[in-house]
Amino acid sequence: MKFAIQVNEGPYQHQASDSAYQFTKAALDKGHEVYRVFFYHDGVHNGTRLTTPPQDDRHITNRWIDLAEKYDLDLVVCVAAAQRRGIVDDGEAKRQGKDATNIAPRFRISGLGQLVEAGIQAERLVVFGD
Amino acid sequence: MSEEDTMEEGGTVKKFLYVNRRAPYGSIYALESLEVVLIGAAFEQDVSVLFMEDGVYQIKKGQDTKGVDMKNFSPTYRALEMYDVEKLYVEKESLDERGLTEDDLLVPVEVMTRAQVSDLMEEQEVIFNF
Repeated sequence: MKFAIQVNEGPYQHQASDSAYQFTKAALDKGHEVYRVFFYHDGVHNGTRLTTPPQDDRHITNRWIDLAEKYDLDLVVCVAAAQRRGIVDDGEAKRQGKDATNIAPRFRISGLGQLVEAGIQAERLVVFGD
Repeated sequence: MSEEDTMEEGGTVKKFLYVNRRAPYGSIYALESLEVVLIGAAFEQDVSVLFMEDGVYQIKKGQDTKGVDMKNFSPTYRALEMYDVEKLYVEKESLDERGLTEDDLLVPVEVMTRAQVSDLMEEQEVIFNF
């Protein structure tokens, strides 16, 4: 099965990004394909490399990064949602005149078209959030 | 999955449903849903938009957001027609529960019962729930 995953909630605040991760990992471990994980709304906060949880807690951002490394997973943060919430990569920093970036490795910032395209390409779009 | 899904990239047309369930200004879901609808229109899919529960307030006439210092984005719903997004549905029970009628809405819609909403969802291939 070819899945696309949408994550609509921020990490730690809401279980959605945990559930999305567990689902994505389980699907990949079972040999399914995950075409893309798309982070929208507060879900874009999954993709900041500045995330620093207590040491005895799960590291949600690093978990995504490790999964992406293992399976060459496409992790896409919505540009419009990211701009509102201060998630910045090199390109955005240049365009918007910002003095820093915080996008995590293996994540990329792109447009909402990537979400719609994922819906078209995948056999199932699975949405995590309220 | 249907035969259509196996067509070459670019030729695939799927039935997309956007489900709007939240009031317009209490959270950002309504606005960011509208942004997906507008971007998604460029992909020329078979799009329907449904308003139910507090989502019916998104298309209520006479919105005035001055007091809460937020952008009134309700005029954008009137522009959906120009994007060829013409199938707008509203759940009757949601209107009734809130003392609203079709005359309170700022765009032409088709009002359907909860049972019909269930059928509408059953027909879809991709559902975005906001």
